[in-house]
Amino acid sequence: MKENHSASSKKVDKTSLIQKFRGNVKYQKYLFVYTCLLLPILFFLGIRILPTLFTFNVGFRDWNLLATGAKPFIGLQNYQALIQDKVFIKSAVNTLIYIVIGVSGQLFFGIIVALLLHKINRFVGFFRVIYFIPYVTSIVAISWVFQWILMKNGIINDLLIKIGLSPQPFLNSPDQAIYVIIGAMIWQALGFQMVLFLAGLENIPKMLYEAAEIDGASPWQKFWHVTVPLLNPTIVFSAVIGSINFIQVSFTQVINMSSDGTGGPLNSTMTVVVYIYQLAFRKFDMGLASAATVLLFLFILALTLFQMKVLTRKFDY
Amino acid sequence: MVKKWWLGIVALGLLSVLMVACSDDKDSTDKDSKDKEGAGEEIVLDYWQYAFDAKVKLMDELIEEFEADNPGIKVKQTNFPYDQYNEKVAAQVPAGKGPDVINLFYGWVPKYVDSGYLQPLPQDAFPHEEIESEFFPLVEATKLDGEYWTIPTAVRTLALFYNKDLFEEAGLDPNSPPKDWDELQEYADKLTKADGSGRIEQSGMAWEPSQQGHQWLRDGLTRQAGGEVLSADKKSVVWGDDPAGLEAFKYWLSFPTDLGTSEVGFYTDDVTAFLTEKAAMNVDGSFRIGTIKSDAPDLNYAVAPLPGNKEQSTNASFWTNGITSKVEGERLEAATKFLKFLTSKETMEKWIDATGELPAKEAVAMQDKYVNDEVYGEFINSLPFANAHFFVDETEERQLVIDAADKVLLKDMDVEEAYKELVEETKKLHEKYWSDK
Repeated sequence: MKENHSASSKKVDKTSLIQKFRGNVKYQKYLFVYTCLLLPILFFLGIRILPTLFTFNVGFRDWNLLATGAKPFIGLQNYQALIQDKVFIKSAVNTLIYIVIGVSGQLFFGIIVALLLHKINRFVGFFRVIYFIPYVTSIVAISWVFQWILMKNGIINDLLIKIGLSPQPFLNSPDQAIYVIIGAMIWQALGFQMVLFLAGLENIPKMLYEAAEIDGASPWQKFWHVTVPLLNPTIVFSAVIGSINFIQVSFTQVINMSSDGTGGPLNSTMTVVVYIYQLAFRKFDMGLASAATVLLFLFILALTLFQMKVLTRKFDY
Repeated sequence: MVKKWWLGIVALGLLSVLMVACSDDKDSTDKDSKDKEGAGEEIVLDYWQYAFDAKVKLMDELIEEFEADNPGIKVKQTNFPYDQYNEKVAAQVPAGKGPDVINLFYGWVPKYVDSGYLQPLPQDAFPHEEIESEFFPLVEATKLDGEYWTIPTAVRTLALFYNKDLFEEAGLDPNSPPKDWDELQEYADKLTKADGSGRIEQSGMAWEPSQQGHQWLRDGLTRQAGGEVLSADKKSVVWGDDPAGLEAFKYWLSFPTDLGTSEVGFYTDDVTAFLTEKAAMNVDGSFRIGTIKSDAPDLNYAVAPLPGNKEQSTNASFWTNGITSKVEGERLEAATKFLKFLTSKETMEKWIDATGELPAKEAVAMQDKYVNDEVYGEFINSLPFANAHFFVDETEERQLVIDAADKVLLKDMDVEEAYKELVEETKKLHEKYWSDK
């Protein structure tokens, strides 16, 4: 019995599988679904995952993009160089500023606008469209408009003078430029945040508010003890996505809005992503650029885990 | 029935993955070998230049002409936006792809030579003596390791653009532009208007380190003050060795600081400010003539040589053509022919008409029809005393000048200290470049 089984098992299994397959609609369905899922995975592996893993390899090498010769393995030298690189440190600090101010600003204004829009019932569509338009507008176009209205002779300074203040250099100032760019980014993402929070607000059952009212809760208490806890999943999502966005997106704005187009003046608006681009395509140093990319990857990973841990919590109602 | 279609999907998926993984390389080698094999067959040369309308159009015409004269050789032109050019070129190199003949900014050439991307120009077609006797001496900026690696069709120089209408408005004679440093300051002052709050309304002198400002400082002002940036053999930075460098740096910065006639980012940049008549004067290159023609055809402007000091000097720069290192055999012959054609007298004459860039050969440029031309004349007359800075890293050296200016203007750093840092950092860059040699 046993012998017999092992000798012919392969054949038997195979035919039985085909028979099973031919006869069984359920199997066909599964096969179809897995095949469909497999294709994008193969695609992602080839286009996203493998290159990402490859980056780790490049980070350990002396890799000049233009050089056709050897790419020697140099261990952690790229990482050491980065840690001693003042511009990289500056860009890392800047990136933190972008995230901390940018994301909290986004959350803050997103919730406020969503709460206000939640309260009104006339012209809701109109307001939503107005707030959402910046989100779907080209970043490059927005950046240039900001540059024009914020220049020394621009309309913002005209207004400042009219109300008796002195004109400001804005994007030409190493102290102000980064906040101007963050402001533009918050303003642009506001529409997206608003939609997220509106959806979150609409999911909060009305009866919770009614119950709170019966308990004699003030509007502030209602907000703090009902709205915020129930919005928690939205806040977590928004903070995580917002942070990742701020790190990744803070490229186009910086390139187009900074005074010399390279994260200036004096690297004051430089982000890690912009610096990676410069290392790779202006200095052609793929080794350094990849090492910086790996550090950025680890940073995003750590930040995301941290946010999930700190922000996600259970509330007792 | 059913089995077939899902197998088909799987096969398709695997196929697409395979294609993504390796198709491109295979394609190109196939193409290359085909080109090499067929002796009597057509050779297709890939030519890359950046997307500059006038140049692209002209190049199309030139290619047609070249193909008519050279049966068996076809040239395919590919263009990329200026901003992405380096990136696109660099991205193709590791894959062993890219053009046969490439148009590069001369300041990038050392990097490309370093990385083994270019091959020296074949000496039988381009003998050194011939290059040195026929071309303007500034083409030597791409002579490295005793070899010429590229050769330009055209060169550009910097000169002073000024707005005649604004001159008249300020009571200045539009036919006598400023000739020396003092006059330039005086004119800039007279041409500047400020509003009640102290903001500049009209800038007497456009001033932008990131555009041509850094070139004006190095090859214009420093040499005009009697100094030099690099030693004669290009191997060391002598910028800070005599007081002329600092004098030039101080003079350069006097426009935005002491005089208050200029501002970085005034109406976004110097070119925009000059085109929109917000700036009365600007130091810019001959390549801007085309832009003005198309973007501000009514601008009433004239061109004067850069105001000098102890000496006369201006900056020159050029886009130049090289052959990539993998080209050999018949392709190399074809590429050389194409380069010969690109540097012929006829091509140069067409080039200046279409783009405003000046012929790179002295005999072609110095013809009466150009020297006496109202606009081109001043640029061409500047060529004999023009200098092309030998960049070891163009973007980085420009950034250092931008940063030096910003340190003074935005961080109130002492001018001398900023200059010292600029020289030190530039020295470091050049030392690093030569230490690898």
